[in-house]
Amino acid sequence: MMSEGRFRKIDEWRWEIPPTGGMRVPGLLYTSEKLMKGMGADEGPRQVANVAHLPGIVKGSLAMPDMHWGYGFPIGGVAAFDLDEGVVSPGGVGYDINCGCRLMTTRLRLSDIRERIPALVTALFQNVPSGVGSRGPLKLSPKEEKQVLVEGAAWAVRHGYGTEADLEATEDGGAMAGADPEKVSDRALERGKEQLGTLGSGNHFLEIEVVEELFDLSAAAAFGLEPGQVCVLIHSGSRGFGYQVCDDYLARMVKHAGEIGIDLPDRQLACARLNSARGRDYLAAMACAANYAWANRQLLMHRTRKTFEKALGMAPRELGMRLLYDVCHNIAKIETLPVEGKEVRLCVHRKGATRAFPPGHPDLPPAYRKTGQPVLIPGDMGTGSYVLAGTQGAFTETFGSTCHGAGRVMSRTQAKKSCRGRSIPREMAERGVIVMASGRGTLQEEIPDAYKNLDDVVEVVHHAGLSRKVAKLRTLGCIKG
Amino acid sequence: MGYRIFDHTADLGVEISGASLEEIYAGAALALFDLLTDLSSVRAGVAREIVVSGEDPADLLVNFLREILYAWNGDRFLMKACRIREVSPRRLKALLRGEPFDPSRHRVQQEIKAVTYHQASVEKTGDGWVARVIFDV
Repeated sequence: MMSEGRFRKIDEWRWEIPPTGGMRVPGLLYTSEKLMKGMGADEGPRQVANVAHLPGIVKGSLAMPDMHWGYGFPIGGVAAFDLDEGVVSPGGVGYDINCGCRLMTTRLRLSDIRERIPALVTALFQNVPSGVGSRGPLKLSPKEEKQVLVEGAAWAVRHGYGTEADLEATEDGGAMAGADPEKVSDRALERGKEQLGTLGSGNHFLEIEVVEELFDLSAAAAFGLEPGQVCVLIHSGSRGFGYQVCDDYLARMVKHAGEIGIDLPDRQLACARLNSARGRDYLAAMACAANYAWANRQLLMHRTRKTFEKALGMAPRELGMRLLYDVCHNIAKIETLPVEGKEVRLCVHRKGATRAFPPGHPDLPPAYRKTGQPVLIPGDMGTGSYVLAGTQGAFTETFGSTCHGAGRVMSRTQAKKSCRGRSIPREMAERGVIVMASGRGTLQEEIPDAYKNLDDVVEVVHHAGLSRKVAKLRTLGCIKG
Repeated sequence: MGYRIFDHTADLGVEISGASLEEIYAGAALALFDLLTDLSSVRAGVAREIVVSGEDPADLLVNFLREILYAWNGDRFLMKACRIREVSPRRLKALLRGEPFDPSRHRVQQEIKAVTYHQASVEKTGDGWVARVIFDV
């Protein structure tokens, strides 16, 4: 834990942890008085300070307002490293490499399907594989699996699970460059072969939502969002494949960091120089996992489209389920970003943080060039989500990054304890949300009280200028693993 | 079961205490599978031997648990019992007994994504040992 005295308030939305001991740069927390309360009881700020010890870190160890205690890096952490002096850390990406969100819009209005929501949720629950160790619709041959690792979402589209337009609306076009399947272990390949097209468990979900409020009408129009419109949000990642890649490289780097003389305050921060073979190998394996995740979300979306069409008896054109955007929030990327007025190539780690590129950025699809990148922020299962737009503020201040969700405040055991004698599905139904989960404890662990208030988190990034509020969506139905 | 769960905001922390290092390592393995499934439904029909090494007792603990977690995640092997045959600060040999996962008889209670190095420890106390480890769930 960290004493209150360690924080220096810069302004209403920014707090600094001044460098002490081996910290090479300050910690910088984007938060509010309200969210700061209780922060001292969490290990998150200490982890922010720990990350500041890593070699080659540029400017500061950043934390988004949804920050909470992770392992190694805090969840909600952003850190960028110089390509020559700096490091890459598998723990700074996380086990679920390219965990992320994709949001689809439809031509449906809530009034069209209000009565059908329970049936739709049931159909989705039956058709979309979810839960611990669930198997997907495909069993990949070793050759096919390696193609997935290189091609990402394009592999799925090439096999009929989606359209070219889907790729255009995916971060990096759904495929990260530099993926090399030869850098992936047999164990990872083994775990990956049957899990493509599965949602997973824990906080992963598929939600039916309705657009409830618009804040920025012109950006909402560019994003194709209208009040009362039915949307679908998917939150999933690279499944066992990604966990294994992280695990393999972390173990190698724990040994390695000592050998090359990097003094780590926490083994989970194990890392390798970006310009070393070990560092490059990790990035090549991580890209494979990122691509696996994009193919996974593409397959999940395809399954969702088919389920809606069948359950509602509609043709694809009538349903019009269009991918608005797909973002990743656990990743390390080599990007060109401004630092003190100069453009520099850096390796940006976003561990529970979302890219939020500004208007005019060449990496954005033409339709969003004027508005800035769509940023998808899921909340807890009873609330809904936000759609934000990337800003110049994020680009210059936080390495083009913003928050990624509500952030936990309650441990899973605390959450379960607080559920004794309660029926969570009934409570959710009273809020107007139909939920189904395959794991017995999942709904209890994921109760809304276990998370920070999403509005509070989004207020911080909005006012700090790290992204702009565009729309708020409310949950109608949710399936979880 | 000789372990308790300690609170971690996002993940699951486990503390194991025992009279010897053998008890600590075997207890940690059992804790992992006790969280994963209902151990009483698992039969001890199949044996597996594993050997792992580490930089120190804490690293060894993490590597041991990573290895047996892969037995589940990669090979669908559920462990019922664990005997530590040899242990030194940097090397461990264990005999696991259990059986392949059978969805008709076994239920998975909890996904465990990974065993983390974060704050992992193995320490001597007055009359025994205490180990702590955090699972990413």
